[in-house]
Amino acid sequence: MFPKEFQYASPRSVQETVQLLNRFGTEAKILAGGQSLIPLMKLRIASPKYLIDINRIRDLEYVRESGEFLLIGALTRHHTLERSELVKDKVPILSETASSIGDPQVRNLGTIGGSIVHSDPAGDWGATMIALRASFNVKSLRGERSLDSDHIFSDTLTSSLSPDELLTEISIPIPPRDRSGGAYEKFERKVGDFATVGAAVQITLDKAKKAFEKIGIGLTSVAPTSMRARRAEESLLGRDVTLANLDEAATIASEEARPIDDVLRGSAEFKRAMTKVFLKRALIKAAGRAGVIEIE
Amino acid sequence: MAVATFFGARVNRREDPRLVTGNGLYTADVVLPNMVHAAFLRSPYAHARIKSINTEKAKALPGVIVVVTGKDIASKLNPVPCAWQLTNAEIKVPKYYPLEIDKVRYVGDPVAVVVAETPYQAADALEAIEVEYEPLQAVVDQESACKPDAPLLYDNDVPNNLAFHWKISSGDVSRAFAEAEVTVKERLVNQRLLPTAIEPRGALAQYNPSKDELTVWITSQNPHVHRLLLSLMTGIPEHKIRVISQDVGGGFGSKIPCYGPEAVVVLLAKELLLPVKWIEDRRENYVSTIHGRDHVEYVELAGKFDGTITGIKVITYANLGAWLSTAAPGVPTILFGTMLSGPYKIKNLECEVFGVLTNTTAVDAYRGAGRPEATFILERIVDIFARKINMDPSEVRIKNFIPRDAFPYTTPTGLTYDSGDYEGTLRRALEISGYKDLREEQAARLKSFLQESTETGKRKRTKEKLIGIGLSSYVEVCGLGPSSIVRSTGFALGLWESATVRVHPSGKVSVFTGGHPHGQGEETTFAQIVASELGVNLEDVEVVHGDTDKVPFGMGTYGSRTTPVAGGAIVFACRKIKEKARKIAAHLLEAREDDIVFDSGRFYVRGSPGTAKTLAEVAWASYGAGSSELPSGLEPGLENTTFYDPPNFVFPFGTHVCVVEVDTETGQVKIKKYVAVDDCGKQINPMIVEGQVHGGIAQGVAQALWEAAVYDKDGNLVTSTLSDYAVPTAYELPSYETASTETPSPHHPLGIKGVGETGTIASTPAVVNAVCDALSNFGVKNIDMPLVPEKIWRILSSSSPRLESPSSTTSPS
Repeated sequence: MFPKEFQYASPRSVQETVQLLNRFGTEAKILAGGQSLIPLMKLRIASPKYLIDINRIRDLEYVRESGEFLLIGALTRHHTLERSELVKDKVPILSETASSIGDPQVRNLGTIGGSIVHSDPAGDWGATMIALRASFNVKSLRGERSLDSDHIFSDTLTSSLSPDELLTEISIPIPPRDRSGGAYEKFERKVGDFATVGAAVQITLDKAKKAFEKIGIGLTSVAPTSMRARRAEESLLGRDVTLANLDEAATIASEEARPIDDVLRGSAEFKRAMTKVFLKRALIKAAGRAGVIEIE
Repeated sequence: MAVATFFGARVNRREDPRLVTGNGLYTADVVLPNMVHAAFLRSPYAHARIKSINTEKAKALPGVIVVVTGKDIASKLNPVPCAWQLTNAEIKVPKYYPLEIDKVRYVGDPVAVVVAETPYQAADALEAIEVEYEPLQAVVDQESACKPDAPLLYDNDVPNNLAFHWKISSGDVSRAFAEAEVTVKERLVNQRLLPTAIEPRGALAQYNPSKDELTVWITSQNPHVHRLLLSLMTGIPEHKIRVISQDVGGGFGSKIPCYGPEAVVVLLAKELLLPVKWIEDRRENYVSTIHGRDHVEYVELAGKFDGTITGIKVITYANLGAWLSTAAPGVPTILFGTMLSGPYKIKNLECEVFGVLTNTTAVDAYRGAGRPEATFILERIVDIFARKINMDPSEVRIKNFIPRDAFPYTTPTGLTYDSGDYEGTLRRALEISGYKDLREEQAARLKSFLQESTETGKRKRTKEKLIGIGLSSYVEVCGLGPSSIVRSTGFALGLWESATVRVHPSGKVSVFTGGHPHGQGEETTFAQIVASELGVNLEDVEVVHGDTDKVPFGMGTYGSRTTPVAGGAIVFACRKIKEKARKIAAHLLEAREDDIVFDSGRFYVRGSPGTAKTLAEVAWASYGAGSSELPSGLEPGLENTTFYDPPNFVFPFGTHVCVVEVDTETGQVKIKKYVAVDDCGKQINPMIVEGQVHGGIAQGVAQALWEAAVYDKDGNLVTSTLSDYAVPTAYELPSYETASTETPSPHHPLGIKGVGETGTIASTPAVVNAVCDALSNFGVKNIDMPLVPEKIWRILSSSSPRLESPSSTTSPS
């Protein structure tokens, strides 16, 4: 497993990075945690001519609260998000998602930004970003723009970033403390495997804690990209938290899903069925965390 | 001094400090000046003719030293040898060359080799070699491969791709079936597995022209066998090759065989006069290192309604892959067919094995090798039989066990079981697992599940799990083995083992063993044996292995043979040393030899323990060799070399109980309880025994639930990386409850039996029996491994449960 020859750069700032991207963009790859890119290079599936290592840019690695948002630097490691008290307090689903990624070695090095830009439909962050309605700050020499979670993923292993752009920050709206809840449920063959299916749910209940005021549902591994279960979300919006409603939404999501047959992780039919099971489990968990004591 | 307690003590493994601190020395760790790197170009086709190979562009790349094709070295290397050429089986051993010449036969088949200054340059050069292939139809499954219209791997050299047809039978099987009150039959598949040693294979060869000698560092379970086979392939005389294999990062059988590319590396080192290194990467390991298992079995059992098993009939299609690897023919035959009556007094037995070549990686010995396959079909068919006659599976087993007073017991296939108490382990396992209570809990869960199924939408998750209980009783043939028997089966050499025990002048002891432990812990247990036998401190004993220049010819580590056979050699060598030491001590103490007592490392005259000579003093005298030190006529020095050929195999046994919970929504299986009661006779170090049992169970459970080498129809290995092939981690595996009974082997000097493979042999059927038991009310008789959630989910979502109880009403008290 020896990669092809490549040129290596280790910029010290975002400015320096976007200059390099501007010059070598189409033939370059950003090296963040490297947990996907390095194996792909060693398998010679990816052979970038230029590798731009951003690991020395310390100011891309942070988690901080800013008004109604939690801001996460693109280079923040999964492990940081798994353990951060601020994250656990403000947006606990992030911590739950991080803890389900790979194994400890992967979480120590892998980054949230790298995972999102890699745009693997089996990546766990995508579903949670969709459920949370995250937005993504992207920089290039041309300037700066923001993408929302409906537009960050373009296709399998393809994000919507242009070759000269760098993801710098992820911005998460902080859900109201007392009546919201989130959950990420993942079905995997074994710990550390890619998800067979995954379901991320973030809900906010109305003041009476009876009905859904806001809901985001993201799914892992059941479509060419991480997928928003839009119709399932719509089916719950404004409706009461009942088992029948959750079941109906999970059924709708399983119909919206577009999984493919896979000889190792299961047929499309099975993945649909599991989408329903795990989404329902996530909905029940999220409702419980939002303060629903018993779901009828 | 409590030295006698070394035998049986829970001594920490001496090898661990160096291994866990990164101070092991594996083949890849060896770096030599001017070392260059080899890389093999491997076929992307499962079956194709090689029309041409153009190496010009590759040769022109920077750093490339040489590019060699199969044609270039055809005259310099002999075909890869097969060392277990069965007798009476019409065996056909095709000529399989280290680099293919005109045809490739599996994805991963090597066709050319590059040597370059760096491994990066070698990898680049591989991409620049142009091979023109003419793809041929491939065949990957063994049942299709031996049909008349199947594509032939070796044309008329192996008609119908049938490498051998082996049979064994005893008693009157047709009569047993004709007279049977009940018969059951099933097609059972023992899927192909990837051995997955964490250290991939590799070799580093260095030629020393001043002495015309080659040193080869290699990942091997049997360095002397490797030296012999490398010599046969390369024509370099055996005494001019030194094989070193210091630390080996797991083998599980996959580092027994000698592989073609290993000989290529040796040849290149000699021709280039440069040290040549080749280390597999994981993908290469998965496609080119042998695989394990891969049987399709048709099993029939004849019996009576009272639970008596009267006959068993098996037809096996064994997939051998694209060439006959070193020990391959013996695995699905001798190590399988002879064990098909297991721990039961079945008299009528018939087994027929078709050994079939296919366009896949070769299959050879993988932990258990043949014995897990035999135990799997026997323990599965016994459970299917038990259900058919509505008898508790534990009762059926007890009814048929060979009783403890029947040993030594000669089986219908001609083996002589040395000792056993099969019912003892089963009863103990039932007791520890709380079998009776488990059956009650199972019935209660099922009842509640059936009730809830009728109240749709109101199920509570915790109650949606079904319980299944699986048993597996086994006996294993190991400690391979008496040379006269293994030779009669067509094995190329005897399976004795060597030991040199050397007491140095200072009284320190070096033990040179022909075994080659690589994880089994014998650096510790052998030191314990020597410490006990010679009465020296553990830290004064060094165990040396894995170097053909240091150790007398040895057969290596596999088949749970090292502790009983190599350990036996060490015991006898120690005892011969003691005999000589006693003579010297008598001389030093001016007493008669008969009056000398040896106790805890001290020699003294009976009745006068105060005046003693230690082993160190005796050793000093033996090397001093003055007339006051050494009796006349006795040679100086204190060492002995023994070649121990065991009088019989050893037969460990036991019963495992597995309890699973099946999630009825997802089909996921969770092991809730796992009880293993094993009997490997006397235990040198119970902690190491437990470790071997734990690891063995993990590997067997892995086959039941997760692991499978999957080929697509074109012969591509789909599971060619560790992210595809699902090796379980500690997270998936249960906490094991282990216990043991102790039935010593009567023919072994220490009463010990092997334990390296028992867990793997026992656990696979225990898990599958448990899952099938959990689903028995859904009309399930069998599910093919691995029992992945989708298979179970399909059963649960397509059939409705029946209301009968999951098992019989009888339970042993």
